[in-house]
Amino acid sequence: MSETTAPRAGAHRNVRTEAPLTRLALILVAVAFLALFLLAPLGVVFAQALQKGFGAFAGALQEPDAVAAIELTLLVAAIAVPVNLLFGLAASWSIAKFSFPGKSLLITLIDLPFSVSPVVSGLVYVLVFGAQGVFGDWLAARDLEIIFAVPGIVLATIFVTFPFIARELIPLMQEQGTVEEEAALTLGASGFQTFVAVTLPNIKWGLLYGVLLCNARAMGEFGAVSVVSGHIRGLTNTIPLQVEILYNEYNSVAAFALAALLASLALVTLALKTFLEWRHGDALKGHARRRH
Amino acid sequence: MSDQARIERTGPGPGTLGLKKPWRFAAPSVLPGFSLTFGYTLAYLGLIVLFPLSVLVWRASSLGFGGLYAIATEPRVAAGLRTTFSISFAAAAIDVVFGLIVAWVLTRYEFPGRRLLDAVVDLPFALPTAVAGISLASLYAPNGLFGGPLALLDVKVAFTRLGILVALIFVGLPFIVRTVQPIIGELEVELEEASATLGATRAQTVWRVLLPPLAPALLTGFALAFARAVGEYGSVIFIAGNIAYVSEIAPLLIVVKLEQYDYAGATGIATIMLAISFGALLAINLIQAWSRRRFGHV
Amino acid sequence: MNGATETLSRDTLAAATDSAHGFGIRIEGVEQDFGSYPALRDVSLDIAPGELVALLGPSGSGKTTLLRVIAGLNTPDRGAVYFGDDNATDLSVQERRVGFVFQNYALFKHMTVADNIAFGLKARPRASRPSRVAIYQRVTELLELVQLEGLGERYPAQLSGGQRQRVALARALAIEPRVLLLDEPFGALDARVRKDLRRWLREIHKKTGLTTVFVTHDQDEAMELADRVVVLNQGRIEQVGAPGELYDHPASPFVISFVGEAVALPVTVTNGHVTFGGRELHVDTHGLRDGAARVFFRPADIAIGGQGEGDLEGRVESLRRTAGGVRATIAIDGYDQKLEIDSALSSGAKLGGKIPLSFSNARIFPSDPISDSDFSEAGDGI
Repeated sequence: MSETTAPRAGAHRNVRTEAPLTRLALILVAVAFLALFLLAPLGVVFAQALQKGFGAFAGALQEPDAVAAIELTLLVAAIAVPVNLLFGLAASWSIAKFSFPGKSLLITLIDLPFSVSPVVSGLVYVLVFGAQGVFGDWLAARDLEIIFAVPGIVLATIFVTFPFIARELIPLMQEQGTVEEEAALTLGASGFQTFVAVTLPNIKWGLLYGVLLCNARAMGEFGAVSVVSGHIRGLTNTIPLQVEILYNEYNSVAAFALAALLASLALVTLALKTFLEWRHGDALKGHARRRH
Repeated sequence: MSDQARIERTGPGPGTLGLKKPWRFAAPSVLPGFSLTFGYTLAYLGLIVLFPLSVLVWRASSLGFGGLYAIATEPRVAAGLRTTFSISFAAAAIDVVFGLIVAWVLTRYEFPGRRLLDAVVDLPFALPTAVAGISLASLYAPNGLFGGPLALLDVKVAFTRLGILVALIFVGLPFIVRTVQPIIGELEVELEEASATLGATRAQTVWRVLLPPLAPALLTGFALAFARAVGEYGSVIFIAGNIAYVSEIAPLLIVVKLEQYDYAGATGIATIMLAISFGALLAINLIQAWSRRRFGHV
Repeated sequence: MNGATETLSRDTLAAATDSAHGFGIRIEGVEQDFGSYPALRDVSLDIAPGELVALLGPSGSGKTTLLRVIAGLNTPDRGAVYFGDDNATDLSVQERRVGFVFQNYALFKHMTVADNIAFGLKARPRASRPSRVAIYQRVTELLELVQLEGLGERYPAQLSGGQRQRVALARALAIEPRVLLLDEPFGALDARVRKDLRRWLREIHKKTGLTTVFVTHDQDEAMELADRVVVLNQGRIEQVGAPGELYDHPASPFVISFVGEAVALPVTVTNGHVTFGGRELHVDTHGLRDGAARVFFRPADIAIGGQGEGDLEGRVESLRRTAGGVRATIAIDGYDQKLEIDSALSSGAKLGGKIPLSFSNARIFPSDPISDSDFSEAGDGI
């Protein structure tokens, strides 16, 4: 109803908003709260990283332990993200394009890792693969190490980032329905061709979004990885773990240098996320409720 | 034989044009790949998530209620659980108040920098917990940017329970804001106008007409923030001080038990925490179901 | 309505209108612009106390804006609004004491029906607030007035559309408003419910005697319900009058085509003579200036054959049997729309053949580019 567009700003008897003074006060409270609790910590990361100048910052990142940590983090992400991506595609295809009983149960189960504390996520893998775990003796007999070694870190990371891509894709694909795929099939395309030429382009922004979030979490995971890692310098430390070690040694420049790396990744993720939502908001539709 | 008779003779039975259809799990579809993708989904889910979690449940059940109770009442564990739950509750509650203000301001007002601020709200989601942890610790340490001035007022944040509170406020905020924002955005303009025509002041309109529909979303946000805060580790352990009986959080206790190879103890604490998380999630679902039934929508 | 309810309603009438009866509305020179878009242009209107008035027009005509100006929900750039003798122009919405019923009801979903109705009374400052008992009584009376007895503890989500609309009305009446304003009150309902509620609104109006103004784009609704109809177009009042008057004595091309159907023949006036396609039409020009003009008449006033005010020749493009005779689709040279005319079997219409037509009750208006464009938009209106 174009006739009821909002009165111009300044209409002093607008019943749809608070008095100007109240508005100003609320805005100030909101801004102050956000600045205090959210922006300040972010700023501190970079301030501390650069407190001894850019040279010290760059140098810290080139220390052998730091380099090893970066390499391990990249390795872990390079395994966890594609593997969860494959799962996300498979799960969303089967859930969104077919009808079978127990769907909401399945979706709830997929969401489980979200509800579990990171430390507990690590704990469950220790219970399975640790020295006193289910496979403890079996692994020891074969001299295989999962806990306190890289495979354990990879597994714990996979667990923690498990739902990210699936829960971006499932509502999206559900909303898109099956019409286009069915049309492609009637035109003679094979299942795989249909998937590649019809489904993938429709979900590409949601996919990118999910991969971004999954990656950010994979690289930044701390609690779960801390439990399974063994904290062996140069071998089983990811960036977050190395940050912890350096901080506890009072080496704040080095700690914050690595932290700044992760924080930059977070900012890039946020920026891309904002951009995607702004430009392709409707292509990401189907988000009933997002919990991270 | 007439058609009529032929038709009457068919009925349920093997290989007839009868009425019984074989039961299938998934409805038939022209789209291919169900068995493949569904099978893979179940296998992967089972392997990565369900199997490890069931091991936890199995070990917890071998402790029995008695065993769990014994662990929960160990003095140090009890103190840790109390610390975790009480501070998580307080942090979530504070987040509800300020999160509501932030969500309101971001949704209903226009001012320079609004979009930027809106993006910033997601920071606790995106920032790795260890990074948040050390920067909060640094900020509130006695010589830190905030810690210094606060120390002059004789307020210690770092290495105290106050520090835990600050960290959990940081962690929980986006849950409230993101849950309640869409509801605020959907508030019909006519509601406010109707309220004004009936003679209500602006304050009455906000309090009686606009805020009550937000209650279910606020409760949901509270439950989410609470559940997350209870399990939070990386953001908290640097600023917490981790003094036994005083400022130890439950997740830290799990780590401590593991380092002592007390798998049973660790399992016990983890089970209690899981039970609380699931309880919170259940509460969320119930709230939303009730609200949908009563008011027709969330 | 049986006898028992009738008695109750009389009490309710008294309760709802003790101080409310008898406020006329006067609107003087109201103008409102939305940015550069003029929503209302110099609108003046006098509504008598107790009248039931319809604001009728297509979307964009300013009818809802005008209603909201009366309510105080919009502040006009110029002009004044009076309730009776009180200048209400500077009063806030809350102070005006108008009952407003919204198109989508705007019920408070988290409150029961009873709480919705009681809302205005409970919101009053302590000094003028009725007691709990009085409020409860009032709510009960209103529930009976709108025929929703016993539904007080339900929530809006549990009611049908028609029931919700009645709650909205009861809620507006609870505050003893000076006037009652309804914004497309039945727009969101389906046809049968709409018919019932129209009748019911007329009854309520009779019972309460409140000055009532409602907005609609449906001319049937306006004609059926209102004492007087205000036809609006592009922010201006085209005509105000009783329904019959609008039909029989339309004041402008817009009114003719918006209220009922009309044929508009482009003609030329020369020295008091009206010509169309080379033929002369016997239409009284009332001293109209020379130049281009349009002659309007209703399809119902067209007959096949015969001598009327005008004689036209048409070509039968299609012919269909109806219960009473035939329906012919006829094209006329020089006029781009087809006419649908019902006539008796014996009229002599043949497919593809030429046929003489005559019309009566014609009106003539000068053409000018602005009003012509008004006219053509209105033609698509309803």
